[in-house]
Amino acid sequence: MSTETAVTAPTPARDSAQSAIKQNLREYGLVLALIAIMIFFQWQTGGVLFKPVNLTNLVLQNSYIIIMALGMLLVIVGGHIDLSVGSVSGFVGAVAAVLMVQYKFDPVLTTLICLVVGGLIGASQGYWIAYMKIPSFIVTLAGMLVFKGLALWLLGGMSVGPFPREFQLLSAGFIPDFFGPWTVFGTPLHATTLVIGLVIVAAMLWFALRSRRARESHGYSAEPFSLFVIKNAVISAMVLFLIYMMASYKGLPNVLIVMGVLIALFVFVTKRMTIGRRIYAMGGNVKAAALSGIKTERLTFFVFVNMGVLAALAGLIFAARLNTATPKAGLGFELDVIAAVFIGGASMAGGVGQVAGAVIGAFIMGVMNNGMSIMGVNIDWQQVIKGLVLLGAVVFDVYNKNKA
Amino acid sequence: MTETILEMRGITKTFPGVKALQDVNLTVRAGEIHAVVGENGAGKSTLMKVLSGVYPYGTYEGSIHFLGKECRFSGIHDSEREGIVIIHQELALVPLLSIAENIFLGNEQARFGVIDWNLARRRAGELLRKVGLAEDPDTLITNIGVGKQQLVEIAKALAKEVKLLILDEPTASLSEKDSDALLNLLVEFREHGIACILISHKLNEVGKVADRITVLRDGRTIETMEKEQISEDRIITSMVGRPLDDRFPPRQPKIGDVIFEVRNWLVHDPVHPDRVAIRNVNLNVRRGEVVGIAGLMGSGRTEFAMSVFGRAWGTGVSGEVLLHGKPVDVSTVGRAVDRGVAYATEDRKTYGLNLIDHIKHNISAANLKGVSTAGVIDDIRELNVANDYRKQTNIRSSSVYQVTGNLSGGNQQKVVLSKWLFADPEVLILDEPTRGIDVGAKYEIYTIINRLAEQGKAILMISSEMPELLGVCDRIYVMNEGRIVGEMPASEASQEKIMRMIVRGDAREEEEQKVRAAS
Repeated sequence: MSTETAVTAPTPARDSAQSAIKQNLREYGLVLALIAIMIFFQWQTGGVLFKPVNLTNLVLQNSYIIIMALGMLLVIVGGHIDLSVGSVSGFVGAVAAVLMVQYKFDPVLTTLICLVVGGLIGASQGYWIAYMKIPSFIVTLAGMLVFKGLALWLLGGMSVGPFPREFQLLSAGFIPDFFGPWTVFGTPLHATTLVIGLVIVAAMLWFALRSRRARESHGYSAEPFSLFVIKNAVISAMVLFLIYMMASYKGLPNVLIVMGVLIALFVFVTKRMTIGRRIYAMGGNVKAAALSGIKTERLTFFVFVNMGVLAALAGLIFAARLNTATPKAGLGFELDVIAAVFIGGASMAGGVGQVAGAVIGAFIMGVMNNGMSIMGVNIDWQQVIKGLVLLGAVVFDVYNKNKA
Repeated sequence: MTETILEMRGITKTFPGVKALQDVNLTVRAGEIHAVVGENGAGKSTLMKVLSGVYPYGTYEGSIHFLGKECRFSGIHDSEREGIVIIHQELALVPLLSIAENIFLGNEQARFGVIDWNLARRRAGELLRKVGLAEDPDTLITNIGVGKQQLVEIAKALAKEVKLLILDEPTASLSEKDSDALLNLLVEFREHGIACILISHKLNEVGKVADRITVLRDGRTIETMEKEQISEDRIITSMVGRPLDDRFPPRQPKIGDVIFEVRNWLVHDPVHPDRVAIRNVNLNVRRGEVVGIAGLMGSGRTEFAMSVFGRAWGTGVSGEVLLHGKPVDVSTVGRAVDRGVAYATEDRKTYGLNLIDHIKHNISAANLKGVSTAGVIDDIRELNVANDYRKQTNIRSSSVYQVTGNLSGGNQQKVVLSKWLFADPEVLILDEPTRGIDVGAKYEIYTIINRLAEQGKAILMISSEMPELLGVCDRIYVMNEGRIVGEMPASEASQEKIMRMIVRGDAREEEEQKVRAAS
């Protein structure tokens, strides 16, 4: 019956390959842009950028932005925006400080309480947005003011610190070396870091190959083999390079582990899980999604709860890094986070955006901050240049879309 | 012989990889209504975009002569200056501005940037009289219906001193009455020397008003017919390239027990909760049966269907929905889908598809459980499903990775159908399943409907095209003003009979029957 109606369709295999390249063209471009920017600053800073200590710093400096960018990606893909994340992270940092410094709470318990507080904040904002249909821009603008004020009140306008040592480890700690340092070409290397790096790369390659095999066994060719090899080789090389640099300094920072696990989790959620797919469907056409049986209100609510938890985690990391909670913590973070997501290719209208893009977008901003600071570019010009990069990235996107 | 005002000669327009138009010729005479027909994707809209300057001179080959001189439009402003005005299918009106403001949008009655509101209102009033629209120029667009909005668009064109009016599917979303009014208006314009290009899928109305018809197929001109040559059969033959013996595929109905039943359904208007929108609707559909709901626009058919489907419309809903004789809870869309009820919307762009995503993701959207295990999507399974339905419903696309926003109307409709087929419902409510799609694609949709009925599904089909209801359904309900005003087997139905029920309402119909029985 179906064979009668079948037309002479073009081979799906070749087309899926072409569309795979097309779909990912932007992500490849983004990776190349990041590499180009890094090489530029390596040259301009006379080799400081790629020093192990600086690369480690780069990760530490940007970890909280990247963690929030993961949540913000879901918010923006879902068709919303969250302006309150900076204030929320500052407020949660203040809560942590008061609990640990004034009330002598245990750091682990404090961390858990703070994550719950973040989730409750997300829920309180998500409720208005999801169920009362108040525009997210307005609700979170209000939230931005409210939590900035609450942080000030909680801290009494002063900095509170320092924190117990265990808590500082969240930001300043490195993983212990179980295997002892290995010395390669006269450089002592952090062995555990190297092992973890190799395991990660091996796992990545194994999963990539397995999914490719699965497609092929069903008669779909994934992408040209040469492209597959080049793509995976570049990614592996970058990971190994980063790992080598870390290993030649103090090893992997704890934060990087947290961040890496979260990135992997969010990639999985957005690419493979039904809940991720539903967020994209909702952002693409909320009415059609609702009429397909997707519970759009509950989904929106969840997206904001998730954002709140991640903002809280970011706030803890930032506080631990400074070893003090200040009323100014979190100021303007939301702008960096939102910029990272848009540079990463998300669309203001919702339904479009990738986790990988947002992470690379955050790194592009981070490398520019770092590189320009080393070069001694004034903070005023740094802002101007970052603003232009954001505009340029979005213009590039829109131009590409119109051409297609 | 009247003079020729427009001559498009040898128009060829190429997009990357596709020749959308190939050596197309079109001539329009002074004061004629010239219909352009063709299947979706035949190149009608592209041709009109070339003519109106949306595709500027230089991006196409060939020449355009209008009123004796060659035109090289670089944008829509140039063509409007010459008196060529196009009204698109999607109306370009600002909902929260008044009629007068919309009429003079971009063409304000102003001196040095200051708007003369008295002049604007007076002129708007004159234009509204010309198009036969009795509304205050200060009324907001959002407060008038689509039919009247269409007239405002025409008034807007008149304000620009139009010499050649292009209407792209003007009656697609109009009721029969509004369509007739619009067509009469075009005939009136003809007498005042305004020529008109009419793009339409509705062959009966084209036959009624057109002086000549040009048929496009696959980007080429097939033929231009003079008034006396026009016949529906000939148009269809030219459009599809083969004689279409029967517009409706045959089916041997195998009708079983009642699967789906709605009892005493009552719904209130969501904006005015004290107003009853749907009143005491009772209906049922049997296994393997295709049941139609006839009625005019605004008769409450879509509202009824959406209120049944997970209360997606309305408030204060009461009544019962039964599946296989047992009451079921369909109070949310999710529950309705889980119980086996599906609703394919009349407005696929707004309510049916995620236009920025590709076919594969759209097909699986209503049944992600069917392609996932414990919340994790199996990519291969999803791809197999998408390819399978693409083949079954004959979606014409480069692959399942094509973005649905780039598909033609007929293919978009097939994606919507595929989505609901994959959800595997027992009851499928189809709301205007063939609106705005061409003859060939319609036939394919009917074939799919027949196949579903054969598989034992219960199908409830809402349509404003009566021949379609008569050709496809086994039984027809007639709805008017939120009530069922009649029911009949399709074998006993006729367009006249349905119309009579709609116009008179059920009470009079009953009276009439009593009178007839008595006499």
